[in-house]
Amino acid sequence: MESSLPVLFLLGASHHTAPLAVREKLALDEARAATLSTRLQATPGLREFALLNTCNRVEVYGVAPAASVAQLTATLGEITGCTGAELAGVLQTRVGHSVVEHLFAVAAGLDSQLVGEAEILGQVKAAYDGALARHWTGPVLNRVFQKTFQAAKHIRTHTAIGAGQVSVATVAVDLAGRIFGDLATTRVLVVGAGEIGLKTAQAFQSRGAGAITVASRTLANAEATATQTGGWAASLAELPELLAAADIVTCATAAPGHVLTADLVATALKHRPARPLFLIDLALPRDIDPAAAAVANVFLYNLDDLAVIAEGNLARREAEAAKGRAIVAERTAALWPQVAQTLGRGE
Amino acid sequence: MSSLLTDRALLWLGALLYLAGFLTGLVALTRRQASAGQRTILNTFLVGGWCFQMAGLYVRGLAVGGCPLGNTFEIVQFVAWSAMVVYFFVGTAFRVSLLGLFAAGYAAALALVSLLIAPWDAGHGSKLFGNNPWIELHAALAVFSYGVFGLLALTSLMHLLQNWSLRHKRLNGLFWFLPSVVQLDQINSRLLALGVLLLTVSLGVGAAWWLRDSASVDLPKLIVTLGVWFVYLVVGLLRWRARLVAVRFAWVCLVLFFLALLSLGPVNSSRSHQVTLTPER
Repeated sequence: MESSLPVLFLLGASHHTAPLAVREKLALDEARAATLSTRLQATPGLREFALLNTCNRVEVYGVAPAASVAQLTATLGEITGCTGAELAGVLQTRVGHSVVEHLFAVAAGLDSQLVGEAEILGQVKAAYDGALARHWTGPVLNRVFQKTFQAAKHIRTHTAIGAGQVSVATVAVDLAGRIFGDLATTRVLVVGAGEIGLKTAQAFQSRGAGAITVASRTLANAEATATQTGGWAASLAELPELLAAADIVTCATAAPGHVLTADLVATALKHRPARPLFLIDLALPRDIDPAAAAVANVFLYNLDDLAVIAEGNLARREAEAAKGRAIVAERTAALWPQVAQTLGRGE
Repeated sequence: MSSLLTDRALLWLGALLYLAGFLTGLVALTRRQASAGQRTILNTFLVGGWCFQMAGLYVRGLAVGGCPLGNTFEIVQFVAWSAMVVYFFVGTAFRVSLLGLFAAGYAAALALVSLLIAPWDAGHGSKLFGNNPWIELHAALAVFSYGVFGLLALTSLMHLLQNWSLRHKRLNGLFWFLPSVVQLDQINSRLLALGVLLLTVSLGVGAAWWLRDSASVDLPKLIVTLGVWFVYLVVGLLRWRARLVAVRFAWVCLVLFFLALLSLGPVNSSRSHQVTLTPER
């Protein structure tokens, strides 16, 4: 291989290659990402590039002679403050065919920490759009990225890698959708103003839940959490009335005993017998009496139930990933000869 | 060619298309392919089946000189046809996931069973309604309401399945695609109201004529029909007052439809003594 000929390359690190401590150093804020981009632009021989910068990966995709690629490691070290020794162990360099294969897999969510997550495709699109707008890309990367989006869409449509939720909070929200359909008309009661309560409330808020009330023993804590979720605060003393008005109740307190007894739930249901009540117990020890599950029109899920569903979904996604990887291999084989031709190297 | 396209041949075609729709939907479901393309394929089979069934009923109607409701076969076919009509409206309006598959299975089962049991079509009445369009309307509306109650039984079954899956934490396979409990409950209430309304209008139209000519009233039929109407009305009132809700409401709607279907046999046999039978073609 002549070192003066341009190659398609990838230089970067991800959760697969770098431990969290190094990823924290590699993570680029907006200013450092801009600085790196400026330095890349000034790198001799670098014809095209795009920078993918997410919480779990920093990757530079580009077209340059092999000699220029070697210089980029030093640039990355300077910008991130990582030593050469740190980078040596975590940076991966790919050249040629395997770059296309890797980018297809990344965009489809096959390379993500939570296999099948959809956010990465948006991040890859944003990275490409940014590079395209600044004229950092050219015929090679434009072709590769456009084919990447097609491949990712095909994989997400024709495999089940994105099926099912894989975190406890989103599984709970998903279940609420299967009980109530549209969450816009539902009233969510969050009992406990801690971190778990806040995250669950935010998950419901992001899915458009109609009204969120946060109840806590300390009203000030409830108010603080309610402010972050756009909801109302209430005292635990009002629990019987709040329960009768709620559709979804999530409990995550540090109480040693049951906060919601079966009797309390049964009494609340008498006020609204036609509407289901979804109870989510995220506390250990449990906040909701398991006997409440026997009350008609009540659906009770605890932490273990949700974790089992999340793990099952993740396992199914990983099983589907094999199909996705086969599509990646097939599409890479179809695209690579064209890319190689564009690079001027022939097949 | 035309001799091949008899009423029964057309009805067979309709039934087989329903079955094909059900089977393709089932295969897609097992492969977790609930895509828009799959829905289009299923709906194409259903529309095709419904058109052939309607053509078959139309040919039969021409032969008997009125709405073809003269024997168990015709009534069951009409119930299946009516259920599909309601499905086309409900499915479009509420976009109920899996309802097409359930409706296809239901229509295929009713249509095929009625075609396979020859005695159900052993004879059929001619000029069954004595050229009285009001009595014909009464009968058609009554049987159409059974189609609505049939679809209600299907959505009730879906409600029970979804409820079971959520309570037992079995959320995969078929259960993955079922509509939400609340959506099914709302559809159930509306279908019940529609069915009761249709049956009420049917009985009102019939009553207007029975009062003029009480001798023509078939008492067993009247008692059974009034009984079905009354029980559905009570169920509707209990649901409205939130005394019968959720799973119990769904169970009642499901069981009640099977009882209503079973009542068709005695009603029809009681009436068949009063009509002129023509030989089977």
